[in-house]
Formats: sequence, C-alpha cells, structure tokens
Amino acid sequence: MKHTNEMEIRFESRSENEGFARVAVASFMTQLNPTVEEVADVKTAVSEAVTNAIIHGYEDEIHKVSIRCRISENVFTVEVSDKGRGIENVQEAMQPMFTTKPEQDRSGMGFAFMEAFMDSVEVESEPGKGTCVKMTKTVGKGRELWTTRSL
Amino acid sequence: MKYQVQENCLTIYLPREVDHHNAEEIRKEADAVIDRNHIRYVIFDFEKTDFMDSSGIGVIMGRYKTISLIGGEVWAVHTNDRIRKILTLSGVTKIMQIYEEEVV
Ligand SMILES: Nc1ncnc2c1ncn2[C@@H]1O[C@H](COP(=O)(O)OP(=O)(O)OP(=O)(O)O)[C@@H](O)[C@H]1O
Ligand SMILES: [Mg+2]
Repeated sequence: MKHTNEMEIRFESRSENEGFARVAVASFMTQLNPTVEEVADVKTAVSEAVTNAIIHGYEDEIHKVSIRCRISENVFTVEVSDKGRGIENVQEAMQPMFTTKPEQDRSGMGFAFMEAFMDSVEVESEPGKGTCVKMTKTVGKGRELWTTRSL
Repeated sequence: MKYQVQENCLTIYLPREVDHHNAEEIRKEADAVIDRNHIRYVIFDFEKTDFMDSSGIGVIMGRYKTISLIGGEVWAVHTNDRIRKILTLSGVTKIMQIYEEEVV
C-alpha cells in the first residue's frame, strides 16, 4: 500500500501567522523523516508563498489564506492559495528581481527562492480571483530506505 | 530591535527568525537610528538567527541603498551555512561583505 496523508489549514492573512504556517507545515512533514536541510527548504518556500499572499494577494487586508499539504510515498506537495487580487503576468512575476512593490523594500526574490528550494513550482492565478502556488519536493532522495534493503 | 551604536557603526542583532513579520520593525528602527547617528557602517549580526527569507534580503538591500549614498558599507557576521546559502542565492553578497571568523 502506498503511504499517503493529507492536511489543510486556513488562517487569517496576518503577518504573525507566517511563523505558524511554517511550523505547521514543517511538523506535518516530519513523518517523511526529512533531513534538517529539507525541512529548512520547505519552510523557506512556504514562508515566501504565504508572505506573498498577505502582502500582494490581499495587500494587507485581512482575509483567509489556505495551505494544503499532501504526502504520497516520498513526495511532499504543498499548495498555498489566496482569493486576492491575482497576478496579471505570471511568467514576468516569477523572474528573479521582479517586484511590484520596490518601495516596500521587496527584492523580488520570493519565487526565485521557491524554485531554488523545491523540485517544482506551479502558479495558477487570475486577476481579481486569486492565486494558487503549488510546490513539490521529493524527500530523502539521497537516502536509501531500509525497507528496500534485504535484511 | 536589539542594536548597538559605536561611532558611525550600527550593529543590528537580528532575531531568531527574520521574516516579513519581524522585518517591519527592524526596518523602521534601523532607519531611525541610521538617520540620528550619521551611520556609515551597518553590521547584521546573525548569531541568533536560524531562519531568514526574502524579507530579510529586502531589509539588507534597503539599508545598503541608504548608506551607500554616503559611501557606507553593510556587513554580515556570525552567519551559519543556511544563512550564507540564502545570502549567496539572493545575490546580496555582491554588495555585502561576509565577515568570516578565524578558524582556530
Ligand atoms: N499571491 C500573490 N498575489 C498577487 N500577486 C503576487 C502574489 N505572489 C506574487 N505576486 C506578484 O509577483 C511578484 C514577485 O513575487 P516575489 O515573491 O518573487 O517578489 P516580491 O514579493 O515582490 O519580493 P520578495 O519576495 O523578495 O520580498 C510580486 O511583486 C507581486 O507583484
Ligand atoms: Mg515575495
């Protein structure tokens, strides 16, 4: 039988929830027995996506941000979505150093970090409707599972 | 924000996590201190920091923009592997020196 598991959380778009979101996802992920570095990678990617939902999606208004995590064997999937303003041109938004808020000290590195730390990043967005960032990471790639070894 | 001013040098002792939530306060307070004390050098001390995302990069770049106008510099000290990875990936190391502690 394939090992699968799923969880969902929904929280208000307040900046103090960014830390909560990172920790919740990281602790759900521990059942995959990840390395410290893999956890740090996922935490960074989640932080970027949640921060984007709060500052760009909702532009500091308070609405709901959702996170859905799925485990299927050793593949970890996390989706961060908002029902905010959406992205006009996703390809352009994902370019390193592209930002629509330079005056707020944004550096345009959020998507670049998500892409660097996860295996795949897909963005679905519609202006006026919202944005969903779906990311996957295969966990424990370098490790051999003891169950696959003959005892 | 925990910090120390020595002549024209500001050391910012960063918190455990530098994210959007914590960055706001650091940014505001740092700008006030820089303005008041004619700061030329800003040192970001990562001793206590084990998490930083792009919001931290924004804080560093923003302070660099301000003090580079008067020929100032930004430095990073006590960085661990993870923080160095984030700094390098972001490209901020092009404008910021990382102080490497002597290996005894
Ligand atoms: N959830 C979202 N809703 C609306 N727009 C978004 C969303 N996420 C990203 N964007 C747009 O994509 C751009 C790039 O995002 P990215 O995270 O790469 O950079 P940034 O947030 O501007 O800066 P940084 O992440 O370095 O602080 C943003 O400036 C914004 O215009
Ligand atoms: Mg961002």
